Amino acid sequence: MAKIGVFICHCGENISATVDCAKVAEVVGKYDGVAISVDYKYMCSDPGQTLIKKAIVEKGLTGVVVASCSPRMHEPTFRKACAEAGLNPYMCEMANLREHCSWVHEKSEATTQKAIDLVRTIVEKVKHNQSLNAIKVPVTKTALVIGGGIAGIQASLDIANSGHKVILIEKDPSIGGHMSQLSETFPTLDCSQCILTPRMVEVAQHPNIALYTYAELESIDGFIGNFKVKIRKKAKSVDEKICTGCGLCTTKCPNKKIPSEFNEGLGNRTAIYVPFPQAVPNKPVIDKTLCTYYTKGKCKICEKFCPTHAIKFDQEDEIIEVPVGAIVLATGFTVKKTNFFPEYGYGKHPDIVTGLQFERLASASGPTLGEIRRPSDGKIPETIVFVACAGSRDEAKGIPYCSKICCMYTAKHAMLYQHKVHGGKSYVFYMDIRAGGKNYDEFVRRAIEEDGVNYIRGRVSRVYEKNGKLIVKGADTLLGATPVEIEADMVVLATAGVANEGAEELAQKLHVSYDPYHFFAEAHPKLKPVETNTAGIFLAGACQAPRDIPESVAMASGAAAKVAGLFSQDELTREPLIAVVNRQAPPVFSSCVGCFLCMSACPYHAIEKEEIKNRQGEVIKTVAKVNPGLCQGCGTCVAFCRTKSIDIQGYTHEEVYSEVMALLNDY
Amino acid sequence: MAEFEPKIVAFVCNWCTYAGADLTGTSRIKYATNVRIVRFPCTGRIDYMLLLKAFDEGADGIIVSGCHPNDCHYTSGNFHARRRWMTFRSMCDFMGIDTRRIKFSWVSAAEGAKWADIVNTTVASIREIGPYDEYKKVAKKPVKEENHG
Repeated sequence: MAKIGVFICHCGENISATVDCAKVAEVVGKYDGVAISVDYKYMCSDPGQTLIKKAIVEKGLTGVVVASCSPRMHEPTFRKACAEAGLNPYMCEMANLREHCSWVHEKSEATTQKAIDLVRTIVEKVKHNQSLNAIKVPVTKTALVIGGGIAGIQASLDIANSGHKVILIEKDPSIGGHMSQLSETFPTLDCSQCILTPRMVEVAQHPNIALYTYAELESIDGFIGNFKVKIRKKAKSVDEKICTGCGLCTTKCPNKKIPSEFNEGLGNRTAIYVPFPQAVPNKPVIDKTLCTYYTKGKCKICEKFCPTHAIKFDQEDEIIEVPVGAIVLATGFTVKKTNFFPEYGYGKHPDIVTGLQFERLASASGPTLGEIRRPSDGKIPETIVFVACAGSRDEAKGIPYCSKICCMYTAKHAMLYQHKVHGGKSYVFYMDIRAGGKNYDEFVRRAIEEDGVNYIRGRVSRVYEKNGKLIVKGADTLLGATPVEIEADMVVLATAGVANEGAEELAQKLHVSYDPYHFFAEAHPKLKPVETNTAGIFLAGACQAPRDIPESVAMASGAAAKVAGLFSQDELTREPLIAVVNRQAPPVFSSCVGCFLCMSACPYHAIEKEEIKNRQGEVIKTVAKVNPGLCQGCGTCVAFCRTKSIDIQGYTHEEVYSEVMALLNDY
Repeated sequence: MAEFEPKIVAFVCNWCTYAGADLTGTSRIKYATNVRIVRFPCTGRIDYMLLLKAFDEGADGIIVSGCHPNDCHYTSGNFHARRRWMTFRSMCDFMGIDTRRIKFSWVSAAEGAKWADIVNTTVASIREIGPYDEYKKVAKKPVKEENHG
């Protein structure tokens, strides 16, 4: 038999001014199962809480209803008070008499009647409530960071500096990402490598960071605090422990004409290579797809010259399994190549380059040692045209979004060109100048006003070659769409930033949502920008949307703070308001028929298949099972379930139906 | 005869509409007393059998309200609710349940005034349509004596 205690609060006069609290207490006190029904001026005050605690002990209450303000306000207060008196906190519920009744209605019989109805509803609910215990999940205090660009580096360092272990994996032979390719950075024009490389070194030397380059995520299992990840360490064909990084092998390799990825194809590398001089780790790998030994079966020149015998041609991919508690995705983005643009010659002309290629030309460590020279003949271009929005904001190209960084880097490119080529002429075709950010607009103004860059508002319809010149045809929309034709020596396309190839596959592997353009989706666009829908997986940098360096770093630190917050606890305590699939005695086991409709409805991939086996180990039934670590308690599965086998604790069918029935039926 | 006081049951989600109704309270915006709110974690949890149950028990009108599309606390619960509502409505229509009696809406945690407005307009329209006697006639259980508004 239920013994419910009902405690009606006056909230000073906030409730009692329009609701006759004494009458509510009197009427409710007569209901079945109500052992005590009292009203008091301030229930949340110390004497108020003592009143509740005393009643729980003296009357042996099985449930408590506090009729006062919104449960969003004081539910934790009263549940705590109940727990202190020995009652399961989930046996305490609140009826919202203030926000939903006294404050929104005038003083009248109907208002008091509504208050009685609301209290009765909750009394009926509490009668059907079940004792619940908070869920405790252990936490593995190691984070996995995927991607070693600036976002991954920052996230790794921040987590490591907060005292937790980090495993950083990078698919390329070196960390550094796109930022290591950049010449100078807007809006300060400080050298990109100068600010990045110390951080790269810090990552490699940090005692809390285990760095695996040339490694990729193989598979993932588990849930927040308890992921199990498999990492594929691709064979480098070089024993890192023995190799001293002297670089002799790279000078002896006969295969010297491989376009360098780091230089965006504007320079060459060898088959055994270090992507760039400041690489971390600064040890070579053999590109198996292009190495003469691997493709033709003989060569081994590097092995012959290596003074420490570090070359290991028989090395194979290694798969390691590690437990981690949280994952930061920092896989970055990529840019469209020039061959994406038929109107700009399908990438056939060497002097039409992407913004990233221009970065390499302008970089002191680049193929031209920082001099702006045409890739075709090495001449210094006298006239250069920059096309902002190449592909971005173009529905026809399937990229309707703004790539965000192009306006700024185009201004920077034009500025760098003017600084390096005195007397050169530069033109920028743009749609709009989007320079939102600290000191950003000033930077663009400087390019226009101080460095004399010609900004033309309009799009470029075509670029083609004529008499050794590149003819750029466009329109100036500020002059009434007047056609403009410029004879240029070089054209730089600010090509759209797009998601990495394989981003979709990775998102599916991790159960992370992604947008139509394969950028990973944040859990909430405003309030959860670094979280994903999957608890324990966070986002940093341009894998979520095109981002500049300051934003990527801020996001990485944000993700790191979330990880550190997660790791500050030994156990995760979670509200037990989650879904459960019923269990019954054999031979039924559960009313679940295994249709797994719930599985498709669950936004958190929290529903798993569970095989029920007999003593011989044969599977006799497959039913749904909720992973308590992943379930967030939305209850979408509950409404989907055809056999009503899945229910959500705290809002069970019994509880909500009894509420609805009590609501409309007076005693 | 006293003026007909419709009984309205509101099924709302905890994160948007319940909080929005709280805001109506803190803003002291007045609305009709006819509505009784039942709290759910998400509109995705609302099994539409509950709506039929409410009519069974004598409700004259129903409000279902949750977060705006794309604002769901659980990402997609409100989309499921919306989709389910589309089918439920056509089913109600087919079965002869007056769909005007069910108001489906989005009220965010910041839309206190909108909540008051939805309650008031729903109460007014149900008052106009009248008590849901047709349903009570076909409902199996005997209709109880009316003793409160």
